Amino acid sequence: MASQATASRRLGGTVVAVCTALNTMLAAAVDADPATGRNLAHDIYKGNCLACHQIPGDPNAVTSANIGPPLAAMRQRFPDRALLRNQIWDPTLRNPQTVMPPFGKHGILTEQEIDLVVEYLYQY
Amino acid sequence: MTCFRLSVVLCAFVALPSVSAPISPADDRRNFIEFFEQRFPGVPTDDYAYGALIASPGGREQYEQIMEFPPFLGDIEKGRRIWATRFRNGTTFASCFPNGGRDVVGNYPYFDETLGELVTFENALNACLRANGEAEFSYGDRQSMGVLTAYARTLSDGMRINVRVDSPAALTKYLAGREFFFRRIGQINGACAGCHLYNAGRIMRMEVISPVLGQAAHWPIFRGGQELMTFQGRFKRCMEQMRAVPYGYNSDEFNSLEYFLTYLSNGLPLKSSVFRK
Repeated sequence: MASQATASRRLGGTVVAVCTALNTMLAAAVDADPATGRNLAHDIYKGNCLACHQIPGDPNAVTSANIGPPLAAMRQRFPDRALLRNQIWDPTLRNPQTVMPPFGKHGILTEQEIDLVVEYLYQY
Repeated sequence: MTCFRLSVVLCAFVALPSVSAPISPADDRRNFIEFFEQRFPGVPTDDYAYGALIASPGGREQYEQIMEFPPFLGDIEKGRRIWATRFRNGTTFASCFPNGGRDVVGNYPYFDETLGELVTFENALNACLRANGEAEFSYGDRQSMGVLTAYARTLSDGMRINVRVDSPAALTKYLAGREFFFRRIGQINGACAGCHLYNAGRIMRMEVISPVLGQAAHWPIFRGGQELMTFQGRFKRCMEQMRAVPYGYNSDEFNSLEYFLTYLSNGLPLKSSVFRK
């Protein structure tokens, strides 16, 4: 019995350890690869941010758009990262008249894709 | 049902208050014009017939140059041949319209009180075929109806739009078109008004967004000088871009929207057919 419990504890510990490692790897992948968030943000079938916004800090963000505000000083404008995430998920909550699509609510981006876009924008 | 529709219309006004509820179509149109006079100070009213070009001076120059020798004259000629070809009974399209079809398009769409329906210019062309024992054209077919209107509308080039809303039944169609204009649709959750009213003149990626005032005045367009696009074809494309399931050509929804939009452009000179980027 005792050895069984020990084994199960060991197994549990291993699972936790593996999960933690995976999470760390995932987080590292996100941090190390903002290009993924950039690709999603620039993709006209996904984030399509450049249709409406300029991103002055990103030299690859080529657009003349002036419908939404430039995406700059994001940490200052959204000190709470969750607010930026909400703004992308459903901007009509903050402004019912906005023309910005509700990327999360309408499934234009998945939850994970929104996280990546937030990560990308938070650099600027 | 009426109550429901009314509440939908009222909601649209409440949600987008810059354009107040219409007391009459005439007042409604005046409100739209005042909105754009503030947005584009000093732009002569007639210039709205140029669409987005009023906000892109370089675009206007390019337009004038291309319109000297339009690359789409072949399609206009195809349409002219259809227009001039005799039906089996010996008549032509010209016999169906006053003045041989010159300066008529600005009167469409009109509400036919007997039919209880809107009649678009394309409906009138098909009615002409029907009355002469010929098969109707498909509304979305560029090679028949498309090129035919591309020619037939040139016969009204410069005519001032003169659409009327004269009865309660006609007003119902006008309001249906107006409600659609303000309605959010599709995965993108966009309304016509979001771009072509509130963001008209601003730049989406690299292109200036056209103002709703004047949008009815310049169809069909040839995109890139080649691709024929009718007014209702553009409605379909817009709906697809909003990732909504588009209504069909000649649907009640599209005809009502065309009626509303054309009424807003009353008094503007028609420009057909024209180049667009």
